[in-house]
Amino acid sequence: MNENLQKIVVPLTAIVLFLAIWELIVQVNGWPNYVMASPSDLPEAYAKYWKLFFTMGWQTLWRTVLGLLIAVVVGTLLGMIMGFSRIARDGLYPLLVGFNAIPKATLVPVLALLFIGQHDFNTVLMAFLISFFPIAVSVGIGLSTLEPEYRDILRALGASKFTVFWKIALPKTLPEFFGALKVAVTLAFIGTNLVEIVSPHGRGLGALFKSGETNGDYPLMFAVLIALAALGIVLYYAVVALEKIFAGWAERPAH
Amino acid sequence: MKSFLDIKGVHHAYKTRNGPLPVLEGLDLEVPKGEFCAVVGPSGCGKSTLTRLVSGLMRPDRGAVVLDGQEVSSPRKTVGMAFQNPVMLEWRSIIENVILPLEIVAPRMPRAEREARAEELLSMVGLKGFENKRPSELSGGMRQRASLCRAIVHRPDVLIMDEPFGALDNFTREDLWQTMRDLRAAEPFTCVLITHDLRESVFLGDQVVVLTGRPAKTQYVLDVDLPADRTIDVLYEPKAVEMLHLLRDQIRIAQGRDGEMH
Repeated sequence: MNENLQKIVVPLTAIVLFLAIWELIVQVNGWPNYVMASPSDLPEAYAKYWKLFFTMGWQTLWRTVLGLLIAVVVGTLLGMIMGFSRIARDGLYPLLVGFNAIPKATLVPVLALLFIGQHDFNTVLMAFLISFFPIAVSVGIGLSTLEPEYRDILRALGASKFTVFWKIALPKTLPEFFGALKVAVTLAFIGTNLVEIVSPHGRGLGALFKSGETNGDYPLMFAVLIALAALGIVLYYAVVALEKIFAGWAERPAH
Repeated sequence: MKSFLDIKGVHHAYKTRNGPLPVLEGLDLEVPKGEFCAVVGPSGCGKSTLTRLVSGLMRPDRGAVVLDGQEVSSPRKTVGMAFQNPVMLEWRSIIENVILPLEIVAPRMPRAEREARAEELLSMVGLKGFENKRPSELSGGMRQRASLCRAIVHRPDVLIMDEPFGALDNFTREDLWQTMRDLRAAEPFTCVLITHDLRESVFLGDQVVVLTGRPAKTQYVLDVDLPADRTIDVLYEPKAVEMLHLLRDQIRIAQGRDGEMH
């Protein structure tokens, strides 16, 4: 089979199979919608609410992306500080690990009280808070494990620390950075939806899910779940595409 | 002849948890301009410290490193370095790797001029046609050739090499010795080669400096009285064999095993 065709056909077949098994389980058990909706209920829900899916989907998308961008900036800066300074690393690491260990759901009420009514702000903030950690760690480790020879070939010519960072350390860290970004994008997405679901009068796909639950519209709830999965896949592969562009060199040709 | 690189009574110690660890204690080295100095010694005797001192990445505790009449106190643009690890930047093509020092040393040099210079060197070491390959597509020996090109692309007046051929197989190593010899014939530079291979030191060196075990000082200096355009065959001639024996004995002394049966 053509290799490119295979790349599309195989995952598509897997998705169709998944939906078929789901449909089968619901039919065989004779579950009503309020136990579990089946894939055949979903087209109706999409047809009925497609406008909402688009506006809410957009809300979820931009908040996730904005939160992730902030996480990239702050995470990279933190990583740089930890990568270049031993003292900063020793001081910051336990703080970051501790912060990362806090279940982020517990932060929702904290943020809601801190910034009352700032729904957009709270959501973006949560997407950021949940996703900067892997980026900071990967950049920090990437920089602190740079072999001295790599530094020396430029330092010996009198290059500045910044030049060494820009020409050597940064590009060399890119594969690890993108590895972390793949984790971070999914986390940011979860963070956004967490706030959207939990906070009242929210917007976004999370809020749409919540309204399905409130109104007993079970097919809508499952339709939102599938939409979330689809959006998650799109975001993930957007990162993969960026990785191909900026760190494609790290991929060795298959022999 | 007046020496170009002059290392006088250099002492250096590293700070460790158990107090200072002296690595160099009275190191002397004199290399005239354009000459090739091979430095040999027991492993762990502070040879790599020497590279960092000559390149200005480090200052000695005592003594002085003088290059072209000036004391080396910080990195200078006129130094070239090559290590055992070819240190290829995987995200750059071979030619872009070779150009790297020019980006620092001559940021205003036109791109075409940089590329022409890199191409000239790459073809000299037999890498013509590989300019746009990724380092990962080349063999270890080829990567080391590219690394040599990068070390001299900016026409340094001194080249410091820290066991550059150490990780290669014997045949590749001998190939690279000849490449090195040809590069020197084409480009004048003063060279300090740190090695643990005595044949290499005799084949490439104009002088071979034997260091003592740690803390290292200069133990013996051998003038290699062989023609500049020597071939590998020279190593099997009586004159070179005699030098190799002599160096072997000196290393044994440096290791503190003079009295042992051998």
